[in-house]
Amino acid sequence: MAILVNRESRVICQGITGRNGTFHSLACREYGTNMVGGVTPGKGGSSVEGIPVFNTVWQAVQETGADVSLIFIPAAHAKDPILEAVDAGIRLIVCITEGIPPLDTASALHTVRLEGRVLIGPNTPGIISPPEGCKVGIMPGYIHKPGPVGVISRSGTLTYEVVDQLTKNGLGQSTCLGLGGDPVVGLSFVDVLKMFRDDPKTEAVVLIGEIGGSAEEQAAELIKNEFNKPVAAYIAGRQAPPGKRMGHAGAIISGGSGTAQGKIQALESAGVTVIENLTQVGLVVKRLLG
Amino acid sequence: MNLHEYQAKQLLATRGVQIPKGSVCYDGLEALIAARALGSEKVVLKAQVHTGGRGKAGGVAVVSAKDDIRSKASEIIGRKLVTYQTGPDGKPVSALLVEEFLPIDQEMYLGVVLDRNTGRVTIMASAEGGVEIETLARESPEKIVTVGVDPLRGLTPFQARNLAYRLTQNKVLAQQMTKIATVLYDIFVGFDCSLAEINPLVVSGDRVLALDAKLNLDENGLFRHPELELLRDRSQEDQLELSANKDGLSYIKLTGNIGCIVNGAGLAMATLDLIALHGGSPANFLDVGGGASEQGVADAMNILLDDKRVKAVFINIFGGILRCDVLARGVIRALNERGVALPIVARVEGTNIEEGRELFEKSGLPIDMIPSLDEAAKLVVAKAKSFNKES
Repeated sequence: MAILVNRESRVICQGITGRNGTFHSLACREYGTNMVGGVTPGKGGSSVEGIPVFNTVWQAVQETGADVSLIFIPAAHAKDPILEAVDAGIRLIVCITEGIPPLDTASALHTVRLEGRVLIGPNTPGIISPPEGCKVGIMPGYIHKPGPVGVISRSGTLTYEVVDQLTKNGLGQSTCLGLGGDPVVGLSFVDVLKMFRDDPKTEAVVLIGEIGGSAEEQAAELIKNEFNKPVAAYIAGRQAPPGKRMGHAGAIISGGSGTAQGKIQALESAGVTVIENLTQVGLVVKRLLG
Repeated sequence: MNLHEYQAKQLLATRGVQIPKGSVCYDGLEALIAARALGSEKVVLKAQVHTGGRGKAGGVAVVSAKDDIRSKASEIIGRKLVTYQTGPDGKPVSALLVEEFLPIDQEMYLGVVLDRNTGRVTIMASAEGGVEIETLARESPEKIVTVGVDPLRGLTPFQARNLAYRLTQNKVLAQQMTKIATVLYDIFVGFDCSLAEINPLVVSGDRVLALDAKLNLDENGLFRHPELELLRDRSQEDQLELSANKDGLSYIKLTGNIGCIVNGAGLAMATLDLIALHGGSPANFLDVGGGASEQGVADAMNILLDDKRVKAVFINIFGGILRCDVLARGVIRALNERGVALPIVARVEGTNIEEGRELFEKSGLPIDMIPSLDEAAKLVVAKAKSFNKES
């Protein structure tokens, strides 16, 4: 078992004929993902290294029974493809694109929720489930290994760093999921924690947060009241000056709220092991599970 | 991108929101002429800078029309205003807003943001204005009225009316406030703002006016509004940050002496924290991005080498899409062109690591390649300290 994706998932890529779409569709397939198709309007009937390309998501779903979509569409045009995926019946949408205007995301997300679908991202590395051999995203597959640790993060490379440490410490992962670095994103820490809570294959969770917003504080509330597995956390941005956007559009301390200190305090008071030194995450989680 | 107060007020005024009479001036003589033209007994001089806390820092002055307005204005224009938000360098004042002084009966607050939790554009209002909304939210959240807007319906007239009547029962005032809330919402959505704020929104007699206004535009929405680029005041932004952003790098200047090059925003933040944890002080945040090119890496390296404060350089890369060999070529190119005068510590991991390591070794450049991130961070902190003593 795993959360959200598994070896049965039938995945398409919107924007498959673009440079990134092609590269990562093939990398996902190589990892083991069941890549059943791709969508590029006007290129229907062609194929990308054996993956059939369709003109519309609706056609792709009709022909392949796809239920998951991976989106690589430039930011200026990314809202419509999300709506198209919802309309065609796609259950899980993973939007990699960075730089989407937040009002576009907010408006698309509204429809995603109304229709009862799930959006991961935007501005996310995606999701990977090593035990299922399923990767829907851009993370380097080879650093992962099957195991009991669930990883949730707002960042890309920082997650790779942590996963690499886990693997080197002999700890595999059940599912690793990037929520996305934008101010408004689909899934939240709270949503994913609930899934990990109900997943028998996940024995511990690593939460990687950063400055901005209050998603970590809400996670702390949930962990305090209704979570029974050990949680370790790392929060990036203790050195970040207020009012500056630290690379991610959502990583900003505004008016004294969204600080790393506030998040660390909230998590610690919920019983979470908060790790100050990034390079110790693997060791600490090993102790937690030991 | 932020707009100046006068620019924000002009946008509001063209949509029918009342603002105090006034004009923008660029020197003392202009200010004097503007003040005379207003014909009011007292005038307000307001420095146009992208920062809060202007009043306390001496950027706002109420003067009598009989005062020496020309020299008062000259004192403000051309100086650097240092507030609690600007850092020690301050922000240059090149423009001054000269306005009529209004008798104020009440100060209120009106703001529009995108609520990160609900994903909805949210209007916030309070019958108590003039203070920062975050302070009000912390100290007396019950005094803030909020309205969340359904993205498909938009702000409905009844929502705007409800908001107004929760702040006042006076019909004349409520009608004006309803309109102002609608205009501010329209501007927020129409221009892809990250913040649209009127603080204070004031009652003066039977009129409601925007006494101060702030519009911050979301960088990711700017491509839809090329016309607003004309309103950008580059003098208010850090020049190093501006030129780095032009090269597609995400750079933020900090106060320390260890220059950092990292890929990915989260890892870049974590790298600063690690340096600080080991007693060092980072000079900058720099994310070269996931798909950086050799040239992009070289540009990043050059930014650090141009920074006189930098005493040691720390390269921390977890190659995913960015391949380690591409990184190595970029770093080597920059260093060969400029020569190495600083200690450089590199921790490189991920895609094509062997090739990257080999390139560094063959280059013969004095770079400390340390595989352990923790050890690498400790070493660069030590190097920066000893380099400081030597020079």
